Amino acid sequence: MLARVATFAIEGVDSREVTVEVDIRPGLPVFTVVGLPDAAVREARERVRAAILNSGFEFPQQRLTANLAPAHVRKAGPRFDLALAVALLAASGQLPSDAVDSCAVCGELSLGGELRPVHGAVAVAAGAKAAGFTRLIVPFENASEAALVEGINVLGAPNLESLGDLLTGRWTPPPPTPAPARSRKSVPIPDLADVRGQGDARRALEIAAAGGHNLLMIGPPGVGKTMLARRLPGILPPPSFAESLEITRVHSVAGLSNGNLVDERPFRAPHHTISSSGLVGGGPTPRPGEITLAHRGVLFLDEFPEFSRYAIEALRQPLEEGYVKVSRGQRTLTFPAATMLVAACNNCPCGRSVIDCHCTAADLLRYRRRLSAPLVDRIDLVCHLDASPHLSHAGEPPESTASVRARVLAARELQRRRFEGLEVLSNAGMDARLTAAHVKLGGAARRRLRLGVEQAALSARGHDRVLRLARTIADLEGSARVQTAHVEEALGYKMTSPLAVAA
Amino acid sequence: MLDRPRPRPSGIFELDDQQLIERVAPRRPDAVWAFIERFDPDRALERLVELDVSAVCRHSSHYPERVRQLTDAPRVVFCTGRADRFAELAARPAATLVGTRKPTPYGSEVALALGRGLTAAGITVVSGLALGIDALVHRGALERGAEPIAVLARGPEVAYPARHHGLYRRIREAGVVISELPPGTPPFRWCFPARNRIMAALGAITVVVEAADPSGTLITAEFAQQLGRTVGAVPGPITSRVASGANQLLHDGAATIRCTEDILDEMFGVGQGPDGKPRATEPPPALTLEPRLRAVLDGVERGETAGQIAGRTKMSPGAVRAALGELELEGLIVPGAVGWYQRAVSG
Repeated sequence: MLARVATFAIEGVDSREVTVEVDIRPGLPVFTVVGLPDAAVREARERVRAAILNSGFEFPQQRLTANLAPAHVRKAGPRFDLALAVALLAASGQLPSDAVDSCAVCGELSLGGELRPVHGAVAVAAGAKAAGFTRLIVPFENASEAALVEGINVLGAPNLESLGDLLTGRWTPPPPTPAPARSRKSVPIPDLADVRGQGDARRALEIAAAGGHNLLMIGPPGVGKTMLARRLPGILPPPSFAESLEITRVHSVAGLSNGNLVDERPFRAPHHTISSSGLVGGGPTPRPGEITLAHRGVLFLDEFPEFSRYAIEALRQPLEEGYVKVSRGQRTLTFPAATMLVAACNNCPCGRSVIDCHCTAADLLRYRRRLSAPLVDRIDLVCHLDASPHLSHAGEPPESTASVRARVLAARELQRRRFEGLEVLSNAGMDARLTAAHVKLGGAARRRLRLGVEQAALSARGHDRVLRLARTIADLEGSARVQTAHVEEALGYKMTSPLAVAA
Repeated sequence: MLDRPRPRPSGIFELDDQQLIERVAPRRPDAVWAFIERFDPDRALERLVELDVSAVCRHSSHYPERVRQLTDAPRVVFCTGRADRFAELAARPAATLVGTRKPTPYGSEVALALGRGLTAAGITVVSGLALGIDALVHRGALERGAEPIAVLARGPEVAYPARHHGLYRRIREAGVVISELPPGTPPFRWCFPARNRIMAALGAITVVVEAADPSGTLITAEFAQQLGRTVGAVPGPITSRVASGANQLLHDGAATIRCTEDILDEMFGVGQGPDGKPRATEPPPALTLEPRLRAVLDGVERGETAGQIAGRTKMSPGAVRAALGELELEGLIVPGAVGWYQRAVSG
């Protein structure tokens, strides 16, 4: 007897259908699994046998062959346990095969027959829905996450026995509620009011948030660059449901999810010793990298010149396109990577403040050169942090996140209307054509821009970058027109190059 | 022997060949004799022509009078191009500017500014093509169309350091590159202080822009002093190691050089020009800045960051950034450290 059950394996942040077939025929009792199983999948035989027996079913003492199709793709992990067990039960007539045909299953089994949760429930549900399944059976703990995907009937079962009842119609589980967001009270959101002074960086952070611009923070170590960067997600507009789903899916696939909907923008701060595959994704079984974990959020690269050149070079494409392509054999996986970049570095190699610095011009040039080209090209704004903030901002209480966010949201709303119907979400996402179309300058502003561009010998890309920044600055002021003052401020944030020492 | 300015063994050049060789190369007299045997004057002259280098012997009318004043003046000076052109350039009023190979952004900015300023005032700029201050001085000079003189510590036909081949070519085209060493001579260690004495001799004044203590630059200043030439130095922060040499010179009585005008004052008298008449000095541009620009400029001069300037002046951070852009346009500030600015030095 032969039975087939559909399940889903994770590839990248998507899922791929795997058909589990089980064939039972008379012969010496043996249980073989084929289809490039890894060690965990091979061990499934033990888990399946014990789970079936402990759930009150019979384990056929016959020649059992299981195949995980397609046979040329490697299968990894314990998530195929449930499908193997169900197919086996169907092939041995213990479960009705027509009930099994119409649904997909996914889950790990314990020896006692309980269904254990797996990673990537959202991805599995999305894959099942795309494949045309109307029902998906998952372990109970995965049900609410899987239920976030609309258009497919998700059922959560606690163990194999009740799953049997479900398939034979003896039991109908209640529909799972889609996962709620994590309770706000449990994790306080960092507030900008915690940061004293640093007026330049706060202003730059606000502009970056308002327009989605990438930011470089410059300052000596220990002045609060990380602290400020962590507060950026708080002033960004909250993610839409679609974005939250994307974020949840990524976290789920990476095993970071705890069953809740993730409706906060992620903040990732990898250490500078990270490898390029750690940063953009990869490894023998491709896993999402830091940039993907920062999808729809913020990627913070502290001590930016210390990152390996290969790692930084690997970021070039995803920062340009918003996704990462990883090739394995003949397969190419796509990981989402639409993130805001915040980088931080010191004024100079000696790390002291500007006035105490004893670096030679050559040292500075060399340090500047270590800010790798692919990334410096993408930096829209530069800001400086002070070594002694308490001296520079006495008296006034610092502005709170809520207050700054209100302005950011208003600016973002202007952009939402501006880009209605387009793929672009924020000013930073405008290409050359859109920039020319949406940032029109009056005579004085245009002249000022031309002078500034000539003076700094900016490229066309640099020129456009200033325009986009000016548009965001104008949006923050609620000004429909981009004025000269906006252009002047935008020019003030450009990345300068120190004096070239060589002839 | 030539490392520092000290009394030379007198009469060394009165020795005949045999005695000279015994004194100078006691262990390898044969190698020296062999070299002398092999030397083919005709071939050597042909080579000079090929390389477009002239040999100016000290009896020649083209030999610069100023260099002749050295007690151990080079027998021959090799110069690129024609000897008469060299003579012409070397006769003009000239200032020698030297400094550290590892300048700070401040020193770099000063070197460029002085190079430009002196050239604009019609003064020939003499330096050594070395990394750092030397190269910057010449770069600044060439920006204003100078005809500079570079003195090398190797044969004059090729740049040293090699990295400066572009600058070398420009100086050779516009001015002249000279050396007391024939083409093909590599830069031995002793060649550097030897070269420094020629630089000191060529300029009416030697100005040290930025130098640590001790440093090769200070040797040039010593030579200048020995020759009775004026020595000038640009002051630097007392906390800076690379300014300690220059500051020490000032302490010991060197002229304080804050701008091109100070150099001209030392060379020709206060307010006087090279032709003996009062200088046509433009009054320094009246730096009437709007208060907000003035406030931001003060901040940059003090080494503050944008945030600190905003905090102190109560300007909005955005307005500070806008002001920086304007100050840069006015040429009052230039890029200094990573992403930040320093005060520009006007010539």
